[in-house]
Amino acid sequence: MAKKKPSRLDQLVKLVLYPLNWLEERTSIPGHSGLVGGIKYFLFRKVPSDISWGHTLGSAALTAFIVQAVTGVILAMYYKPDPNSAYESIRHITDDLWAGWLVRGMHRWGASVFIILLFLHMGRVFLYGAYKYPRELNWIIGALILVLGMMEGFFGYLLPWDQTAYWATVVGVNLQATGPFVGPFLGPVLQGGHDIGPDTLARFYSLHMLVIPGALAGLIGLHLWLVVRIGVSSPPWSPTEAGRPQPGPPPAPRKGLVAPAPRGARRR
Amino acid sequence: MDPHEGQGTSHEPTPTVWPVGFAVGIACIFVGLIISKIVLVVGVVIAAIFGFLWIRDATKPFRHEEAPAEAEPPPAPRQPPGARAAGPEPGEGEIVRYPRSKFLEATTLGLGALIGVVVTAPVLGFTVLPPFIKQGHPKVDVGAIEDFPENKFVIATYLLKPADGEVSRRTAYIRNNGFLGESPSFTIVSNRCVHLGCPVQVNGLPLADETKTERTAGNNVVTRIPTAAAAGFGCPCHGGQYDTEGNRTAGPPVRALDRYEFEIVDGRLLLGKTFAVSEVDGTAADAKIHTYPLAGPGQHVDGPEAWLYPVQPPR
Repeated sequence: MAKKKPSRLDQLVKLVLYPLNWLEERTSIPGHSGLVGGIKYFLFRKVPSDISWGHTLGSAALTAFIVQAVTGVILAMYYKPDPNSAYESIRHITDDLWAGWLVRGMHRWGASVFIILLFLHMGRVFLYGAYKYPRELNWIIGALILVLGMMEGFFGYLLPWDQTAYWATVVGVNLQATGPFVGPFLGPVLQGGHDIGPDTLARFYSLHMLVIPGALAGLIGLHLWLVVRIGVSSPPWSPTEAGRPQPGPPPAPRKGLVAPAPRGARRR
Repeated sequence: MDPHEGQGTSHEPTPTVWPVGFAVGIACIFVGLIISKIVLVVGVVIAAIFGFLWIRDATKPFRHEEAPAEAEPPPAPRQPPGARAAGPEPGEGEIVRYPRSKFLEATTLGLGALIGVVVTAPVLGFTVLPPFIKQGHPKVDVGAIEDFPENKFVIATYLLKPADGEVSRRTAYIRNNGFLGESPSFTIVSNRCVHLGCPVQVNGLPLADETKTERTAGNNVVTRIPTAAAAGFGCPCHGGQYDTEGNRTAGPPVRALDRYEFEIVDGRLLLGKTFAVSEVDGTAADAKIHTYPLAGPGQHVDGPEAWLYPVQPPR
Protein backbone atom coordinates (compact mmCIF):
# COMPACT_ATOMS: atom_id res chain seq x y z
CA MET A 1 0.00 0.00 0.00
CA ALA A 2 1.28 3.41 -0.88
CA LYS A 3 -0.57 5.40 1.72
CA LYS A 4 -0.89 4.33 5.31
CA LYS A 5 -4.41 4.30 6.66
CA PRO A 6 -4.80 6.93 9.42
CA SER A 7 -4.85 5.35 12.83
CA ARG A 8 -7.83 5.40 15.15
CA LEU A 9 -6.03 7.90 17.37
CA ASP A 10 -5.39 10.28 14.49
CA GLN A 11 -9.03 10.09 13.52
CA LEU A 12 -10.09 10.75 17.08
CA VAL A 13 -7.76 13.73 17.39
CA LYS A 14 -9.12 15.10 14.14
CA LEU A 15 -12.66 14.63 15.36
CA VAL A 16 -11.97 16.49 18.60
CA LEU A 17 -9.98 19.26 16.96
CA TYR A 18 -12.50 20.01 14.23
CA PRO A 19 -15.06 21.87 16.39
CA LEU A 20 -12.28 23.49 18.41
CA ASN A 21 -10.65 24.83 15.26
CA TRP A 22 -14.05 25.95 14.01
CA LEU A 23 -14.53 27.93 17.23
CA GLU A 24 -11.01 29.29 17.20
CA GLU A 25 -11.31 30.54 13.64
CA ARG A 26 -14.48 32.41 14.44
CA THR A 27 -13.37 34.00 17.70
CA SER A 28 -9.84 35.06 16.91
CA ILE A 29 -8.74 38.55 16.04
CA PRO A 30 -6.05 38.70 13.33
CA GLY A 31 -2.68 38.31 15.03
CA HIS A 32 -4.21 37.09 18.30
CA SER A 33 -5.55 33.79 19.49
CA GLY A 34 -9.24 33.23 19.92
CA LEU A 35 -11.30 31.53 22.59
CA VAL A 36 -9.63 28.13 22.38
CA GLY A 37 -6.17 29.58 22.11
CA GLY A 38 -6.89 31.86 25.01
CA ILE A 39 -8.02 29.03 27.25
CA LYS A 40 -5.03 26.97 26.15
CA TYR A 41 -2.74 29.86 26.98
CA PHE A 42 -4.43 30.32 30.35
CA LEU A 43 -4.04 26.66 31.27
CA PHE A 44 -0.55 26.01 29.89
CA ARG A 45 1.15 29.38 30.29
CA LYS A 46 4.65 29.52 31.74
CA VAL A 47 5.01 30.25 35.43
CA PRO A 48 8.22 30.69 37.45
CA SER A 49 9.89 27.41 38.32
CA ASP A 50 10.22 28.21 42.01
CA ILE A 51 6.57 28.61 42.88
CA SER A 52 5.10 26.45 45.62
CA TRP A 53 1.85 25.01 46.89
CA GLY A 54 1.20 28.42 48.41
CA HIS A 55 0.57 29.70 44.92
CA THR A 56 -2.41 27.37 44.53
CA LEU A 57 -4.46 29.13 47.22
CA GLY A 58 -5.97 31.54 44.70
CA SER A 59 -7.13 28.67 42.50
CA ALA A 60 -8.45 26.93 45.60
CA ALA A 61 -10.47 30.03 46.51
CA LEU A 62 -11.77 30.17 42.93
CA THR A 63 -12.81 26.54 43.21
CA ALA A 64 -14.58 27.28 46.48
CA PHE A 65 -16.41 30.14 44.77
CA ILE A 66 -17.50 27.87 41.94
CA VAL A 67 -18.74 25.30 44.45
CA GLN A 68 -20.72 28.05 46.21
CA ALA A 69 -22.16 29.25 42.91
CA VAL A 70 -23.23 25.79 41.75
CA THR A 71 -24.66 24.61 45.09
CA GLY A 72 -26.32 28.01 45.54
CA VAL A 73 -28.05 27.80 42.19
CA ILE A 74 -29.35 24.33 43.05
CA LEU A 75 -30.51 25.41 46.52
CA ALA A 76 -32.36 28.31 44.89
CA MET A 77 -34.48 25.75 43.07
CA TYR A 78 -35.98 24.61 46.37
CA TYR A 79 -35.67 27.63 48.67
CA LYS A 80 -38.62 30.00 49.18
CA PRO A 81 -37.65 33.53 50.31
CA ASP A 82 -40.85 34.26 52.19
CA PRO A 83 -41.17 34.72 55.96
CA ASN A 84 -43.92 32.12 56.19
CA SER A 85 -42.21 29.37 54.21
CA ALA A 86 -38.45 30.01 54.32
CA TYR A 87 -37.71 27.95 57.43
CA GLU A 88 -39.97 25.13 56.27
CA SER A 89 -38.31 25.07 52.82
CA ILE A 90 -34.87 24.82 54.44
CA ARG A 91 -36.12 21.97 56.61
CA HIS A 92 -37.54 20.33 53.48
CA ILE A 93 -34.19 20.65 51.70
CA THR A 94 -32.29 19.23 54.65
CA ASP A 95 -34.59 16.41 55.71
CA ASP A 96 -36.73 15.35 52.75
CA LEU A 97 -34.94 15.93 49.47
CA TRP A 98 -32.43 13.43 48.18
CA ALA A 99 -28.89 14.64 49.03
CA GLY A 100 -30.36 17.96 50.11
CA TRP A 101 -28.43 17.76 53.38
CA LEU A 102 -25.24 17.32 51.37
CA VAL A 103 -25.76 20.22 48.96
CA ARG A 104 -26.88 22.53 51.75
CA GLY A 105 -23.98 21.40 53.88
CA MET A 106 -21.55 22.06 51.04
CA HIS A 107 -22.96 25.57 50.67
CA ARG A 108 -23.05 26.26 54.39
CA TRP A 109 -19.53 24.99 55.19
CA GLY A 110 -18.13 25.98 51.80
CA ALA A 111 -18.94 29.57 52.72
CA SER A 112 -16.44 29.37 55.57
CA VAL A 113 -13.95 27.54 53.37
CA PHE A 114 -14.18 30.32 50.79
CA ILE A 115 -13.46 33.04 53.35
CA ILE A 116 -10.64 31.05 54.97
CA LEU A 117 -9.03 30.44 51.57
CA LEU A 118 -9.36 34.13 50.71
CA PHE A 119 -7.49 35.02 53.89
CA LEU A 120 -4.79 32.39 53.31
CA HIS A 121 -4.37 33.55 49.71
CA MET A 122 -4.19 37.13 50.91
CA GLY A 123 -1.61 36.18 53.50
CA ARG A 124 0.55 34.41 50.91
CA VAL A 125 0.40 37.42 48.59
CA PHE A 126 1.23 39.74 51.47
CA LEU A 127 4.15 37.71 52.83
CA TYR A 128 5.63 37.21 49.36
CA GLY A 129 5.32 40.91 48.61
CA ALA A 130 3.31 40.00 45.54
CA TYR A 131 1.04 43.02 46.01
CA LYS A 132 3.85 45.38 44.93
CA TYR A 133 4.29 47.04 41.57
CA PRO A 134 2.91 46.17 39.07
CA ARG A 135 0.31 44.14 40.93
CA GLU A 136 -1.22 46.81 43.21
CA LEU A 137 -4.45 46.95 41.23
CA ASN A 138 -4.91 43.21 41.66
CA TRP A 139 -4.44 43.59 45.41
CA ILE A 140 -7.17 46.23 45.43
CA ILE A 141 -9.50 44.03 43.40
CA GLY A 142 -8.72 41.14 45.75
CA ALA A 143 -9.60 43.30 48.75
CA LEU A 144 -12.94 44.13 47.11
CA ILE A 145 -13.53 40.42 46.52
CA LEU A 146 -12.88 39.79 50.22
CA VAL A 147 -15.37 42.50 51.23
CA LEU A 148 -18.01 41.19 48.84
CA GLY A 149 -17.35 37.64 50.04
CA MET A 150 -18.03 38.69 53.62
CA MET A 151 -21.19 40.50 52.50
CA GLU A 152 -22.28 37.22 50.92
CA GLY A 153 -21.86 35.67 54.34
CA PHE A 154 -23.88 38.42 56.02
CA PHE A 155 -26.79 38.34 53.59
CA GLY A 156 -26.81 34.56 53.34
CA TYR A 157 -26.92 34.13 57.11
CA LEU A 158 -30.51 35.38 57.33
CA LEU A 159 -31.90 32.95 54.77
CA PRO A 160 -32.47 29.90 57.04
CA TRP A 161 -34.86 32.22 58.93
CA ASP A 162 -34.41 30.64 62.32
CA GLN A 163 -33.87 32.44 65.62
CA THR A 164 -30.08 32.55 65.18
CA ALA A 165 -30.40 33.94 61.67
CA TYR A 166 -33.02 36.50 62.66
CA TRP A 167 -31.32 37.94 65.73
CA ALA A 168 -27.84 37.81 64.25
CA THR A 169 -29.16 39.86 61.35
CA VAL A 170 -30.92 42.29 63.70
CA VAL A 171 -27.62 42.85 65.49
CA GLY A 172 -25.64 43.02 62.24
CA VAL A 173 -27.93 45.56 60.61
CA ASN A 174 -28.15 47.71 63.74
CA LEU A 175 -24.40 47.59 64.06
CA GLN A 176 -24.12 49.10 60.60
CA ALA A 177 -26.88 51.57 61.44
CA THR A 178 -24.68 53.01 64.20
CA GLY A 179 -22.27 54.28 61.55
CA PRO A 180 -22.07 58.06 61.76
CA PHE A 181 -24.27 60.27 59.53
CA VAL A 182 -25.35 57.64 56.97
CA GLY A 183 -26.00 54.87 59.49
CA PRO A 184 -29.63 55.74 60.24
CA PHE A 185 -30.34 55.54 56.49
CA LEU A 186 -28.22 52.48 55.81
CA GLY A 187 -30.23 50.26 58.16
CA PRO A 188 -33.61 50.84 56.48
CA VAL A 189 -32.10 50.49 53.01
CA LEU A 190 -30.63 47.11 53.97
CA GLN A 191 -33.81 45.82 55.60
CA GLY A 192 -36.37 47.43 53.32
CA GLY A 193 -37.89 49.17 56.35
CA HIS A 194 -37.13 50.29 59.88
CA ASP A 195 -37.19 46.73 61.18
CA ILE A 196 -36.84 43.31 59.69
CA GLY A 197 -40.13 42.88 57.90
CA PRO A 198 -41.84 40.94 55.14
CA ASP A 199 -39.57 42.43 52.44
CA THR A 200 -36.28 41.89 54.23
CA LEU A 201 -35.89 38.23 53.39
CA ALA A 202 -36.49 38.67 49.65
CA ARG A 203 -34.19 41.67 49.67
CA PHE A 204 -31.38 39.74 51.30
CA TYR A 205 -32.05 36.82 48.97
CA SER A 206 -31.75 39.03 45.90
CA LEU A 207 -28.55 40.61 47.19
CA HIS A 208 -27.15 37.22 48.21
CA MET A 209 -27.81 35.35 45.00
CA LEU A 210 -27.92 37.99 42.25
CA VAL A 211 -26.30 41.32 43.02
CA ILE A 212 -23.20 40.34 44.96
CA PRO A 213 -22.39 37.09 43.09
CA GLY A 214 -22.63 39.04 39.84
CA ALA A 215 -20.21 41.65 41.13
CA LEU A 216 -17.96 38.91 42.51
CA ALA A 217 -17.88 37.04 39.22
CA GLY A 218 -16.94 40.22 37.38
CA LEU A 219 -14.20 41.09 39.84
CA ILE A 220 -12.85 37.54 39.81
CA GLY A 221 -12.70 37.70 36.01
CA LEU A 222 -10.75 40.95 36.22
CA HIS A 223 -8.51 39.48 38.93
CA LEU A 224 -7.67 36.45 36.77
CA TRP A 225 -7.11 38.55 33.69
CA LEU A 226 -4.56 40.62 35.56
CA VAL A 227 -2.89 37.49 36.94
CA VAL A 228 -2.46 36.14 33.41
CA ARG A 229 -1.56 39.53 31.99
CA ILE A 230 1.15 40.34 34.53
CA GLY A 231 2.19 36.81 35.44
CA VAL A 232 2.78 34.99 38.69
CA SER A 233 5.44 36.41 40.98
CA SER A 234 8.39 34.41 42.25
CA PRO A 235 9.03 34.18 45.97
CA PRO A 236 11.15 37.03 47.35
CA TRP A 237 14.05 34.63 47.96
CA SER A 238 14.05 33.39 44.37
CA PRO A 239 17.65 33.25 43.06
CA THR A 240 16.51 33.39 39.43
CA GLU A 241 14.56 36.51 40.13
CA ALA A 242 17.63 38.06 41.76
CA GLY A 243 19.70 37.23 38.68
CA ARG A 244 21.77 34.49 40.32
CA PRO A 245 22.01 31.03 38.86
CA GLN A 246 20.06 28.29 40.56
CA PRO A 247 22.39 26.50 42.95
CA GLY A 248 22.82 22.82 42.35
CA PRO A 249 21.67 20.82 39.38
CA PRO A 250 18.72 22.18 37.42
CA PRO A 251 15.44 21.05 38.95
CA ALA A 252 13.85 17.96 37.50
CA PRO A 253 10.81 18.78 35.44
CA ARG A 254 7.60 18.39 37.33
CA LYS A 255 4.61 16.76 35.83
CA GLY A 256 1.94 18.06 38.13
CA LEU A 257 -0.28 15.85 40.16
CA VAL A 258 0.09 12.80 37.93
CA ALA A 259 3.82 12.40 38.46
CA PRO A 260 5.05 14.84 41.07
CA ALA A 261 8.75 15.48 41.25
CA PRO A 262 10.53 13.13 43.63
CA ARG A 263 11.26 14.46 47.07
CA GLY A 264 14.43 16.51 47.13
CA ALA A 265 14.62 16.84 43.37
CA ARG A 266 14.30 20.58 43.64
CA ARG A 267 16.81 22.42 45.71
CA ARG A 268 16.93 26.06 46.46
CA MET B 1 -10.40 73.27 11.46
CA ASP B 2 -12.56 75.11 9.07
CA PRO B 3 -14.48 72.99 6.61
CA HIS B 4 -14.70 75.86 4.14
CA GLU B 5 -11.00 76.30 3.96
CA GLY B 6 -9.85 76.44 0.38
CA GLN B 7 -13.38 75.93 -0.96
CA GLY B 8 -14.76 79.37 -1.56
CA THR B 9 -17.71 77.94 -3.43
CA SER B 10 -18.83 75.58 -0.65
CA HIS B 11 -22.43 75.88 0.37
CA GLU B 12 -22.09 73.60 3.38
CA PRO B 13 -24.52 74.73 6.07
CA THR B 14 -22.87 75.58 9.33
CA PRO B 15 -23.72 73.47 12.36
CA THR B 16 -26.72 74.93 14.11
CA VAL B 17 -29.28 74.03 16.74
CA TRP B 18 -32.21 75.77 15.02
CA PRO B 19 -33.46 72.60 13.28
CA VAL B 20 -33.89 70.98 16.70
CA GLY B 21 -36.25 73.74 17.78
CA PHE B 22 -38.00 73.57 14.41
CA ALA B 23 -38.52 69.84 14.88
CA VAL B 24 -39.94 70.44 18.36
CA GLY B 25 -42.33 72.96 16.85
CA ILE B 26 -43.48 70.45 14.21
CA ALA B 27 -43.97 67.80 16.88
CA CYS B 28 -46.03 70.31 18.88
CA ILE B 29 -48.18 70.97 15.82
CA PHE B 30 -48.91 67.27 15.39
CA VAL B 31 -49.68 66.82 19.07
CA GLY B 32 -51.78 69.97 19.04
CA LEU B 33 -53.82 68.72 16.09
CA ILE B 34 -54.90 65.82 18.27
CA ILE B 35 -55.24 67.21 21.77
CA SER B 36 -55.50 70.97 21.98
CA LYS B 37 -55.58 74.14 19.93
CA ILE B 38 -53.33 75.98 22.35
CA VAL B 39 -50.57 73.43 21.83
CA LEU B 40 -51.14 73.76 18.07
CA VAL B 41 -50.69 77.53 18.21
CA VAL B 42 -47.61 77.20 20.40
CA GLY B 43 -46.22 74.65 17.94
CA VAL B 44 -46.85 76.96 15.00
CA VAL B 45 -45.12 79.82 16.80
CA ILE B 46 -42.12 77.68 17.74
CA ALA B 47 -41.83 76.22 14.27
CA ALA B 48 -42.11 79.67 12.69
CA ILE B 49 -39.49 81.26 14.93
CA PHE B 50 -36.98 78.45 14.63
CA GLY B 51 -37.72 78.00 10.95
CA PHE B 52 -36.98 81.64 10.36
CA LEU B 53 -33.78 81.49 12.35
CA TRP B 54 -32.71 78.35 10.53
CA ILE B 55 -33.36 79.85 7.12
CA ARG B 56 -31.59 83.04 8.09
CA ASP B 57 -28.61 81.02 9.22
CA ALA B 58 -28.56 78.78 6.17
CA THR B 59 -28.78 81.64 3.70
CA LYS B 60 -26.03 83.71 5.28
CA PRO B 61 -23.41 82.86 2.64
CA PHE B 62 -25.81 83.94 -0.11
CA ARG B 63 -26.44 87.23 1.58
CA HIS B 64 -22.68 87.92 1.55
CA GLU B 65 -22.47 88.14 5.26
CA GLU B 66 -19.49 87.34 7.32
CA ALA B 67 -19.37 83.62 8.10
CA PRO B 68 -20.42 83.09 11.73
CA ALA B 69 -17.77 82.38 14.25
CA GLU B 70 -17.76 78.69 15.08
CA ALA B 71 -16.97 76.75 18.15
CA GLU B 72 -13.86 75.53 16.34
CA PRO B 73 -10.90 77.87 16.06
CA PRO B 74 -11.23 80.51 13.35
CA PRO B 75 -9.67 79.71 10.01
CA ALA B 76 -7.37 82.68 9.62
CA PRO B 77 -4.15 82.08 11.56
CA ARG B 78 -2.74 78.73 10.59
CA GLN B 79 -1.75 76.84 13.68
CA PRO B 80 1.60 75.11 13.84
CA PRO B 81 1.44 71.49 12.75
CA GLY B 82 0.63 69.13 15.56
CA ALA B 83 -1.33 71.69 17.53
CA ARG B 84 -4.18 69.81 19.08
CA ALA B 85 -7.03 72.15 18.29
CA ALA B 86 -6.16 72.32 14.63
CA GLY B 87 -5.98 68.57 14.21
CA PRO B 88 -3.75 66.84 11.73
CA GLU B 89 -3.79 67.95 8.14
CA PRO B 90 -5.77 65.33 6.25
CA GLY B 91 -3.54 63.31 3.98
CA GLU B 92 -4.47 61.74 0.69
CA GLY B 93 -7.50 59.50 1.23
CA GLU B 94 -7.85 60.32 4.91
CA ILE B 95 -11.19 61.06 6.44
CA VAL B 96 -11.71 64.71 7.21
CA ARG B 97 -13.37 65.29 10.57
CA TYR B 98 -15.87 68.07 10.25
CA PRO B 99 -17.22 69.93 13.25
CA ARG B 100 -20.55 68.33 12.53
CA SER B 101 -19.17 64.86 13.26
CA LYS B 102 -17.95 66.14 16.60
CA PHE B 103 -21.38 67.58 17.24
CA LEU B 104 -22.90 64.19 16.46
CA GLU B 105 -20.38 62.50 18.73
CA ALA B 106 -21.31 64.79 21.59
CA THR B 107 -25.01 64.37 20.88
CA THR B 108 -24.72 60.57 20.85
CA LEU B 109 -22.78 60.49 24.09
CA GLY B 110 -25.07 63.05 25.68
CA LEU B 111 -28.22 61.24 24.63
CA GLY B 112 -26.74 57.95 25.81
CA ALA B 113 -26.02 59.47 29.20
CA LEU B 114 -29.51 60.97 29.35
CA ILE B 115 -31.14 57.63 28.52
CA GLY B 116 -28.93 55.98 31.13
CA VAL B 117 -30.08 58.43 33.79
CA VAL B 118 -33.74 58.19 32.78
CA VAL B 119 -33.62 54.40 33.01
CA THR B 120 -31.50 54.18 36.15
CA ALA B 121 -33.17 56.84 38.29
CA PRO B 122 -36.51 55.06 38.80
CA VAL B 123 -34.82 51.70 39.35
CA LEU B 124 -32.45 53.14 41.92
CA GLY B 125 -35.29 55.02 43.57
CA PHE B 126 -37.36 51.85 43.67
CA THR B 127 -34.48 50.12 45.44
CA VAL B 128 -33.74 52.80 47.99
CA LEU B 129 -36.88 54.85 48.67
CA PRO B 130 -39.64 52.36 49.66
CA PRO B 131 -38.01 51.68 53.06
CA PHE B 132 -38.63 55.34 53.93
CA ILE B 133 -42.14 55.77 52.53
CA LYS B 134 -45.41 54.74 54.20
CA GLN B 135 -43.61 53.31 57.19
CA GLY B 136 -46.27 54.20 59.71
CA HIS B 137 -48.65 51.74 61.29
CA PRO B 138 -52.09 52.02 62.87
CA LYS B 139 -52.50 52.30 66.62
CA VAL B 140 -52.61 48.92 68.28
CA ASP B 141 -55.29 47.91 70.78
CA VAL B 142 -53.58 45.77 73.42
CA GLY B 143 -56.52 45.31 75.79
CA ALA B 144 -58.78 46.95 78.35
CA ILE B 145 -57.30 48.96 81.20
CA GLU B 146 -58.54 46.37 83.69
CA ASP B 147 -56.29 43.77 82.01
CA PHE B 148 -53.28 45.59 83.42
CA PRO B 149 -52.95 45.24 87.19
CA GLU B 150 -51.44 48.21 88.97
CA ASN B 151 -47.67 48.37 89.50
CA LYS B 152 -46.97 45.11 87.69
CA PHE B 153 -45.35 44.70 84.32
CA VAL B 154 -47.38 42.78 81.75
CA ILE B 155 -45.62 41.32 78.72
CA ALA B 156 -47.82 42.25 75.77
CA THR B 157 -47.10 40.92 72.29
CA TYR B 158 -49.02 42.11 69.26
CA LEU B 159 -48.76 42.36 65.49
CA LEU B 160 -47.48 45.73 64.32
CA LYS B 161 -49.09 45.17 60.92
CA PRO B 162 -51.45 42.18 61.06
CA ALA B 163 -51.39 41.89 57.26
CA ASP B 164 -47.64 41.17 57.38
CA GLY B 165 -48.12 38.21 59.69
CA GLU B 166 -45.92 36.99 62.52
CA VAL B 167 -42.83 38.75 61.18
CA SER B 168 -44.32 41.99 62.49
CA ARG B 169 -44.85 40.69 66.06
CA ARG B 170 -43.56 43.12 68.67
CA THR B 171 -43.36 43.09 72.43
CA ALA B 172 -44.05 45.85 74.92
CA TYR B 173 -43.72 45.81 78.70
CA ILE B 174 -46.73 47.61 80.12
CA ARG B 175 -47.14 48.76 83.71
CA ASN B 176 -50.26 50.42 84.99
CA ASN B 177 -49.14 53.21 87.33
CA GLY B 178 -52.62 54.01 88.58
CA PHE B 179 -53.81 57.56 88.17
CA LEU B 180 -51.89 60.77 87.82
CA GLY B 181 -54.47 63.29 88.89
CA GLU B 182 -57.49 62.27 86.85
CA SER B 183 -55.81 60.59 83.91
CA PRO B 184 -54.48 57.04 83.99
CA SER B 185 -50.71 56.63 83.85
CA PHE B 186 -48.88 53.84 82.08
CA THR B 187 -45.22 52.98 81.69
CA ILE B 188 -44.89 51.26 78.31
CA VAL B 189 -41.38 50.15 77.44
CA SER B 190 -40.23 48.68 74.14
CA ASN B 191 -38.41 45.37 74.36
CA ARG B 192 -35.91 46.43 71.68
CA CYS B 193 -32.53 46.71 73.35
CA VAL B 194 -30.95 50.09 72.58
CA HIS B 195 -27.57 48.48 72.23
CA LEU B 196 -28.12 46.57 68.98
CA GLY B 197 -31.79 45.63 68.91
CA CYS B 198 -31.99 42.24 70.64
CA PRO B 199 -35.12 41.51 72.71
CA VAL B 200 -34.71 42.46 76.35
CA GLN B 201 -36.36 40.19 78.90
CA VAL B 202 -38.03 40.94 82.20
CA ASN B 203 -35.72 40.24 85.11
CA GLY B 204 -38.51 38.59 87.01
CA LEU B 205 -41.01 35.81 86.80
CA PRO B 206 -43.40 35.63 83.84
CA LEU B 207 -46.60 34.00 85.04
CA ALA B 208 -47.13 31.82 81.99
CA ASP B 209 -50.17 30.13 83.48
CA GLU B 210 -52.03 33.42 83.46
CA THR B 211 -51.35 34.10 79.78
CA LYS B 212 -54.30 35.59 77.97
CA THR B 213 -54.71 35.73 74.22
CA GLU B 214 -57.17 38.14 72.73
CA ARG B 215 -58.20 38.99 69.20
CA THR B 216 -58.48 42.78 69.15
CA ALA B 217 -59.39 45.44 66.62
CA GLY B 218 -57.88 45.20 63.15
CA ASN B 219 -57.59 41.38 63.28
CA ASN B 220 -54.72 41.62 65.74
CA VAL B 221 -53.76 38.79 68.04
CA VAL B 222 -52.54 40.10 71.39
CA THR B 223 -51.12 38.01 74.20
CA ARG B 224 -50.66 39.30 77.74
CA ILE B 225 -48.40 37.55 80.24
CA PRO B 226 -48.39 39.04 83.74
CA THR B 227 -45.13 39.06 85.64
CA ALA B 228 -44.18 38.94 89.29
CA ALA B 229 -41.31 40.71 90.98
CA ALA B 230 -39.97 42.40 87.87
CA ALA B 231 -36.72 44.04 88.94
CA GLY B 232 -35.82 45.52 85.57
CA PHE B 233 -34.83 44.25 82.17
CA GLY B 234 -31.85 42.39 80.77
CA CYS B 235 -30.68 41.65 77.28
CA PRO B 236 -29.45 38.12 76.49
CA CYS B 237 -27.20 39.12 73.59
CA HIS B 238 -24.52 41.32 75.13
CA GLY B 239 -25.61 41.70 78.73
CA GLY B 240 -27.22 45.15 78.74
CA GLN B 241 -29.17 45.78 81.97
CA TYR B 242 -31.96 48.27 82.67
CA ASP B 243 -33.97 49.21 85.73
CA THR B 244 -37.77 49.17 85.91
CA GLU B 245 -37.97 52.61 84.29
CA GLY B 246 -35.77 51.48 81.41
CA ASN B 247 -32.68 53.38 82.57
CA ARG B 248 -29.46 51.67 81.66
CA THR B 249 -27.74 50.23 84.72
CA ALA B 250 -25.00 48.13 83.15
CA GLY B 251 -23.58 46.93 79.88
CA PRO B 252 -23.21 48.47 76.43
CA PRO B 253 -26.57 50.25 75.79
CA VAL B 254 -26.22 53.95 75.00
CA ARG B 255 -29.49 55.31 76.42
CA ALA B 256 -32.67 54.22 78.21
CA LEU B 257 -35.17 51.83 76.63
CA ASP B 258 -37.53 53.26 74.03
CA ARG B 259 -41.11 53.97 75.13
CA TYR B 260 -44.51 53.98 73.47
CA GLU B 261 -46.95 56.82 73.09
CA PHE B 262 -50.36 55.66 74.25
CA GLU B 263 -53.93 56.77 74.51
CA ILE B 264 -57.04 55.37 76.09
CA VAL B 265 -60.18 55.17 74.02
CA ASP B 266 -63.37 53.66 75.47
CA GLY B 267 -61.40 52.06 78.27
CA ARG B 268 -59.01 50.33 75.84
CA LEU B 269 -55.27 50.93 75.82
CA LEU B 270 -53.94 51.88 72.36
CA LEU B 271 -50.22 51.87 71.60
CA GLY B 272 -48.94 54.54 69.24
CA LYS B 273 -45.46 55.39 68.02
CA THR B 274 -42.26 54.64 69.88
CA PHE B 275 -39.86 57.36 70.88
CA ALA B 276 -36.34 57.43 72.20
CA VAL B 277 -35.51 58.23 75.82
CA SER B 278 -32.15 59.43 77.06
CA GLU B 279 -32.96 58.84 80.73
CA VAL B 280 -35.82 58.82 83.19
CA ASP B 281 -35.79 60.74 86.49
CA GLY B 282 -38.13 59.47 89.20
CA THR B 283 -40.36 56.47 88.94
CA ALA B 284 -43.77 55.37 87.75
CA ALA B 285 -46.41 58.12 87.52
CA ASP B 286 -43.98 60.77 88.82
CA ALA B 287 -41.27 59.97 86.32
CA LYS B 288 -39.75 62.75 84.25
CA ILE B 289 -38.94 61.27 80.85
CA HIS B 290 -36.35 62.93 78.64
CA THR B 291 -37.80 62.17 75.21
CA TYR B 292 -36.28 62.38 71.76
CA PRO B 293 -37.45 61.35 68.29
CA LEU B 294 -36.97 57.64 67.74
CA ALA B 295 -33.47 56.62 66.72
CA GLY B 296 -32.01 53.24 65.89
CA PRO B 297 -30.43 51.04 68.54
CA GLY B 298 -26.92 52.05 69.41
CA GLN B 299 -27.45 55.65 68.32
CA HIS B 300 -26.95 58.29 70.97
CA VAL B 301 -29.76 60.81 71.34
CA ASP B 302 -28.05 63.19 73.75
CA GLY B 303 -24.54 64.38 74.47
CA PRO B 304 -21.84 65.07 71.91
CA GLU B 305 -22.16 61.58 70.41
CA ALA B 306 -25.62 62.54 69.18
CA TRP B 307 -23.88 64.88 66.71
CA LEU B 308 -22.92 61.75 64.78
CA TYR B 309 -26.60 61.24 63.87
CA PRO B 310 -27.78 64.70 62.83
CA VAL B 311 -30.50 63.54 60.46
CA GLN B 312 -32.92 60.70 61.09
CA PRO B 313 -34.94 59.19 58.24
CA PRO B 314 -38.70 59.77 58.23
CA ARG B 315 -40.69 57.18 60.16
